[in-house]
Amino acid sequence: MEWETVIGLEVHVQLNTQSKIFSGASTAFGSAPNTQACAVDLALPGTLPVLNEQALKDAILFGLAIDAEICQASVFERKNYFYPDLPKGYQTSQMDAPIVGAGVVEISLEDGSTRQIRVHHAHLEEDAGKSLHEANFEHHGQGQSGIDLNRAGTPLIEIVSEPDMRSAEEAVAYLRKLHSIITYLGISDGDMSQGSMRCDANVSVRFKGEEQYGTRAEIKNINSFRFVDRAIKVEAQRQIDVLEDGGKIVQETRLYDSDKNETRSMRSKEEANDYRYFPCPDLLPVKIESSLIEQLRTQLPELPDAKRQRFESEYGLSAYDAGLLTGERAIADYFEDVAKLSGDAKLAANWVNGELSAALNKEDMNIAASPVSAEQLGGLIQRIRDNTISGKIAKQVFEGLWNKEADSADAYIDAKGLKQVSDTGALEAMVDEVIANNPEQVEQYRAADDGKRKKLIGFFVGQIMKVSKGQANPGMVNKLLNEKLGG
Amino acid sequence: MSLDQNDIAKLARLARIRIEPESVADLQQRLGDILNMVDTMQAVDTTGVDPMANPYDAFQRLRADEVTETDQREKFQAIAPSTEDGLYLVPKVID
Repeated sequence: MEWETVIGLEVHVQLNTQSKIFSGASTAFGSAPNTQACAVDLALPGTLPVLNEQALKDAILFGLAIDAEICQASVFERKNYFYPDLPKGYQTSQMDAPIVGAGVVEISLEDGSTRQIRVHHAHLEEDAGKSLHEANFEHHGQGQSGIDLNRAGTPLIEIVSEPDMRSAEEAVAYLRKLHSIITYLGISDGDMSQGSMRCDANVSVRFKGEEQYGTRAEIKNINSFRFVDRAIKVEAQRQIDVLEDGGKIVQETRLYDSDKNETRSMRSKEEANDYRYFPCPDLLPVKIESSLIEQLRTQLPELPDAKRQRFESEYGLSAYDAGLLTGERAIADYFEDVAKLSGDAKLAANWVNGELSAALNKEDMNIAASPVSAEQLGGLIQRIRDNTISGKIAKQVFEGLWNKEADSADAYIDAKGLKQVSDTGALEAMVDEVIANNPEQVEQYRAADDGKRKKLIGFFVGQIMKVSKGQANPGMVNKLLNEKLGG
Repeated sequence: MSLDQNDIAKLARLARIRIEPESVADLQQRLGDILNMVDTMQAVDTTGVDPMANPYDAFQRLRADEVTETDQREKFQAIAPSTEDGLYLVPKVID
């Protein structure tokens, strides 16, 4: 019997509004503790929440992007539990009438196949504050937890998927797709390392072909794409081991420890998840007019799937290249600039997905911080196209631009004297010289059949490149060699 | 619907309310009365009536996304039982 993993994800996305979801306090990241926690966020008596219009619009935009029904009379509810970073004793959230109803997200897998992952719903809620448990306070010593409520009240959308994913790869692809949708919409920076996007994974296993789901465990707060992949794999294996040893899976919350690459049981916050939801009497239902929905629909940017299809048809790119280029809106925009400036979309795609992305990865940089601008890369590709430089020299020029040694490809090529030699006379002289200096190889070549000749000619090309310091036009060199050696 | 003493204990625990043993019977009676009242209301025929999340025939007013609150940490922390380094201190809690 073969095991199958079943995964559903709950993804929390912090919206990048200026102010909090129910108060006028700032949401800026990294300020001194509690300087952005106002009376509403602290739950002082007598305060009342007022919903942030932008947070509502952001949630609607997300709903439209995943083709979901928007609930036009949405309700906020109280989710009751006690924890010091939640001063009200409840989180204002949604359950029965969330803003975003059922939708769908399409994912693409390594093997080129696609799958539809259903989103059950997405709702608006407030973030909690942060607790510092390990601090040793100068005046109060240990044994205290410090509470910072700057984050309390930051707007979140929680996106709840159906248990539609069947492998860690699918879960990561789904998460990446959500990331790409929210960053295209510009409603969040999606930075997982800063907690702007957080993921809980519901994982269970069953025999392939079985109808019933197995008992699931919920892995909390996984904070990178890589850890989502690992946490799911290690949790699925743990469950399989338990079941194969004749044990039973307990429904519980578990924590992923990335150092040990294992999940372990967490003490439950509230027994049996008895949150006693009820409609929040402080907040009236939210009415969403059709006119607002239609107005927001017109504001939707071109989304990743549409962009990928356009890149394939408009620029003739492969599905793979188009997929890489459209994962992030900033990369897609950069590519389009390079393609227009250079006049060669395929070369532009190769350079953005190849040299540029390798250099960015190496320095752990995102494209916004790239030292090589789209204008510079476009200029470089122009020089490849008009045969001023070879592909090999182009890499050297790219490095020069990356290291800020010149302002443009042209300036660098001039300064270093890298112009490709395409002058027939000069090239002929070099070809003649190499032929004259290597009589043995010439003999071999002339004796060989066509198949072997193809291999042997590489030697001569290499010699000429050496003589020309890489600047000989390779196409012309090949042509001349064929003529002269063929005799 | 009726509540037993275990239900009362559980509700008190969830609400973080301490209940003295001698008041359990009284609470059981009073909460039970409330639930009976709900039972009575449930008996009303509500065919064709949309459920309401709120008794007012009104909708939420929205706030423009602007920062309108300034830092008043000093004032808030002056009335807090215990603070240090800008943090509110509470007895240590671990998940």
